[in-house]
Amino acid sequence: MRRSWVSFWLFVGPCLTAFIIVVIIPLLFGIYYSFTNWNGINAEVDFIGLSNYAKLLKDVHFAKSFVFTVKFTLFSVFFINLIGFLLALLVTRGLKISNFLRTIFFMPNLIGGIILGFIWQFIFTGAFGALGEYTGLKFLMGWLSTTQTSFQALLILMIWQLSGYVMVIYIAAIQGIPRELIEAAEIDGAGSWMKVKNIVLPMVRPAFTVSLFLTLSNSFKLYDQNLSLTAGGPARSTEMLAMNIYNTAFSFMKMGEAQAKAVIFLIIVGFFTLSQVYVSKRGEVEM
Amino acid sequence: MTVRKKRFILALIGLVLSALYLFPFYIMIINSFKTRRELFLDTLGLPDTLYFDNFVLAWERLNFPRAFLNSLLISTGSIILIIVFSAMAGWKLERTKTGTSTFIFYFFISAMLIPFQSVMLPLIRLMGKMNFLNMPGLIFMYLGFGSSFSIFLYHGFIKSVPRSLDEAAIIDGCNDWKLFWHIIFPVMKPISVTVAILNATWIWNDYLLPSLVINKEKTHTIPLRVFFFFGEYTKQWNLAMAGLILAIIPVILFYFFSQRHIIRSFVEGSIK
Repeated sequence: MRRSWVSFWLFVGPCLTAFIIVVIIPLLFGIYYSFTNWNGINAEVDFIGLSNYAKLLKDVHFAKSFVFTVKFTLFSVFFINLIGFLLALLVTRGLKISNFLRTIFFMPNLIGGIILGFIWQFIFTGAFGALGEYTGLKFLMGWLSTTQTSFQALLILMIWQLSGYVMVIYIAAIQGIPRELIEAAEIDGAGSWMKVKNIVLPMVRPAFTVSLFLTLSNSFKLYDQNLSLTAGGPARSTEMLAMNIYNTAFSFMKMGEAQAKAVIFLIIVGFFTLSQVYVSKRGEVEM
Repeated sequence: MTVRKKRFILALIGLVLSALYLFPFYIMIINSFKTRRELFLDTLGLPDTLYFDNFVLAWERLNFPRAFLNSLLISTGSIILIIVFSAMAGWKLERTKTGTSTFIFYFFISAMLIPFQSVMLPLIRLMGKMNFLNMPGLIFMYLGFGSSFSIFLYHGFIKSVPRSLDEAAIIDGCNDWKLFWHIIFPVMKPISVTVAILNATWIWNDYLLPSLVINKEKTHTIPLRVFFFFGEYTKQWNLAMAGLILAIIPVILFYFFSQRHIIRSFVEGSIK
């Protein structure tokens, strides 16, 4: 009995130690710091109760960035999944070029967010600008200089990056649908749309749960692409929550306030993702 | 509409879409070979000549070999630790049916929801006190952050491996250590590939954590170097594009050589 106890901690210990030091202790300290006047410079930290949280309520930038993040998340979750699903339908039609298409659509996923943001920064300013001049289409010019077009730019970037990711999840789900089901529907004379609506959609419900979860948490926590594409500009209007927390901490040296925001952020992320999983799980078809 | 015709139209749609997806790469490549003047005059067209100087200069300014080596060291170091320790923990947690074991497992799993920003500030403070704001420290942090999800994957995999395999080895006189390394670990190879690929794409591309941990330029990773390089050359897009291409070449090569494994890993990692 004793030996198995030793062996248990020997096997679990290394990960657990790293995990506690890197995640759990900072998490607990973080909650504590959110009630203090910690500024990152003074060694002495005083307990100041809820005043960091009270300041949050009056912080216009935080409110704005919250609204922006939620709006961005809704749009990006919807479009990434819609387009990813359509791509999956296209790629599973047994075309000769299916493999090639899958390779291309998935490729942007492997490139880091910082690099992707820079690539698109040039596309939106350089290439779009040139295209606008060439064709005389005014709306192509100055894409990263207004809030609305910067929002769209960020959305396009994320769709381009993540639609291929959810596509491979939908492909796996579509390929998992039993052949007989499709054949039976064909014998009954179902057309393409009927097959998609009555068989494919209900059968890939679990994949929807997964993909919604992934895109939701990815969009909500977005930082790298936000930094390298718009850097929150123009005038902090595209600053998402993760960046707002970072800036509060490092540009304004308000560590306590930033930490209060981080705690709120944690609660929101947890709430959104868990309730999404709960809601979508309920509608799944039992096999 | 005949089936042939329908297929032709679908393939056409597919090709148009793939051209759209490739457009950013096209823009990046053509402009990386232009001079500054040429890029300014004609951003969308092919370059007149192949001007390689951008690449030479970007290679130098990015300190590319150094950054590449740093990224490689940090990624492989972290991945080896993550694989070894998460495999050990995942197996042990699945095979031990006690309250403590179940509790620890859920302790790890529930942490997957914690966003990095929630722990970022205290973590950096703590690591600073431990004198861990350096490469070994960074690798240690990746182990801490990576273990939850990796343990989850190993745990799920080992569930489908019959316990009789463990029991037979114990009857033959194997201790836990031998049993794990000689029998269990080799069986878990497919999931180890998945764990390696998923952690590799995350760690290789990570920007925020290394930007907070590493402050010496000679230990900068590729994303960090790209960030500073880009800040310096925003007005020189031709040079910037060459730098970005250099930065993504390793990833693209990796993708083309192990595409099947990569896509399978992404699917497996998300469905589990």
